[in-house]
Amino acid sequence: MGSTDHIVSSFDDELQEIRNAIIEMGGLAASQLESATRALVDRNTDLAQRTIETDAEIDALEKSIDNMAIRLLALRNPVADDLRLVISGLKMASLLERVADYAANMGKRGIALNQAPVIRMVSAIPRMSELVRRMIDDILAAYAQNDANLALDVWRRDQEVDQLYNSMFRELLTYMMEDPRSITSCTHLIFMAKNIERIGDHMTNIAEIIIYQITGNTPTESRPKADITSTTMIENELSLSSTNEGDK
Amino acid sequence: MLAKDMNTVYNDTKSIISAKDVSVFYGEKRALKSVSLDIPENQITALIGPSGCGKSTFLRCLNRMNDTIENCRVEGNITVDGQDIYAPHVDEVLLRARVGMVFQKANPFPKSIYDNVAYAPRIHGLAKNKDELDDIVLASLEKAGLLDEVKDLLNESGTGLSGGQQQRLCIARALAVQPDIILMDEPCSALDPIATAKVEELIEELRKNYTIIIVTHSMQQAARISQKTAFFHLGEIVEIGETEQLFTSPNDKRTQGYITGRFG
Ligand SMILES: Nc1ncnc2c1ncn2[C@@H]1O[C@H](COP(=O)(O)OP(=O)(O)OP(=O)(O)O)[C@@H](O)[C@H]1O
Ligand SMILES: [Mg+2]
Repeated sequence: MGSTDHIVSSFDDELQEIRNAIIEMGGLAASQLESATRALVDRNTDLAQRTIETDAEIDALEKSIDNMAIRLLALRNPVADDLRLVISGLKMASLLERVADYAANMGKRGIALNQAPVIRMVSAIPRMSELVRRMIDDILAAYAQNDANLALDVWRRDQEVDQLYNSMFRELLTYMMEDPRSITSCTHLIFMAKNIERIGDHMTNIAEIIIYQITGNTPTESRPKADITSTTMIENELSLSSTNEGDK
Repeated sequence: MLAKDMNTVYNDTKSIISAKDVSVFYGEKRALKSVSLDIPENQITALIGPSGCGKSTFLRCLNRMNDTIENCRVEGNITVDGQDIYAPHVDEVLLRARVGMVFQKANPFPKSIYDNVAYAPRIHGLAKNKDELDDIVLASLEKAGLLDEVKDLLNESGTGLSGGQQQRLCIARALAVQPDIILMDEPCSALDPIATAKVEELIEELRKNYTIIIVTHSMQQAARISQKTAFFHLGEIVEIGETEQLFTSPNDKRTQGYITGRFG
């Protein structure tokens, strides 16, 4: 299975080129997330700056994938699994580009944080980042090996990220209430965590794309979704934090 | 076997032709092996498959053109509107008026454009007088999208037209006897992209009033114009399904191999 065995072998080569570029792009996006997270944990402004600059490479890769896909659509008229591979490639490239944007945005916020007084580190962020980075690795493995089951496994895993995000969101709200001077920094952290959570969502999207590419169908079970922060109210947090106080 | 199961799944609209266990022999050679296929009414059904897989043979079964081939024997059951077309009392000439055919190479008679179209209606006595015949000829040319181009040339020879015009003339000729079903065997294979587009546009237009079965070697053409596609391989139907489904997610590896150009 996969992009092999065409009578016209240059067609195989072109499909393989798209696959390789996607995997390269995904690898870069994963390392961008890793750099942005390390820059945050180590308060390393240089690394954060480099993360921001590397984003251009990923943008360039996306453009080259677009060009390859358009060329292939126009010249080869792909159908069936070939068509699915090209369309999936286009969609994945656009999602991976956004993933990298989130990482670059984390870099920017990391730099801003380093200019503010040190605040308590929120351990949930590196943990979330690690979870999501493993999702990226596995999604790329699923893509490279045409493994729909692994893609489905990643698809289901997004829920854990959402749960971590929810608990971290509450934790940061509590900090902000305890010490209003931390509001700016905590807000940056919330947005960084949100960025990571969005990257996890995109892995879910990519998992669906890969499953479609391999099987011709999208997953039928309903999407796992556990991010409830968009409906979380500050009142709830007040009562939550008061129970937290009681725990102390 | 698979083809039969799929048939029932996709058989949602009324089928006008129903072929069951059709086998065709040329002498000892079995060219079609127990093929079953239902053709939905007022839809375009495309038959695709590698050379020699039996597409033309199957198409010719549907209007008994195989009867004209020596040594050719057809087994199985084919009904048009529920009537067995191989029953003894069936008049093949009338059948072929109902089930018209357009061939790969445009084959106008060496007569005037007018006479090309008027030929069959005259034989079948479809017109009571010259006026009625004129009406049939003009209406058929109009339906075939050719009238504007030839209305001042009706007495010129049909063979003097361009390939694409000749093909549309042949379609007009098929339409003149008011068929319900039109069989087309690679009607665009000798045409340039513009002439092909015109014939395709015409085929889509005709679909409103006719049922069309088209054999084509162009995957893109099958995908563009048909609602249903049947993939033939080695005298059997491997897969039959909605065209969109077949070209995006075919069920059978052989279909996938063929349409993506990986056949080995
Ligand atoms: N008149 C004939 N006499 C003997 N064998 C024939 C005759 N017509 C077709 N055949 C054989 O029957 C098989 C099916 O032929 P058919 O013409 O139906 O194929 P096809 O799918 O239309 O191919 P193509 O795409 O090349 O037109 C082939 O093996 C062919 O050699
Ligand atoms: Mg043929």
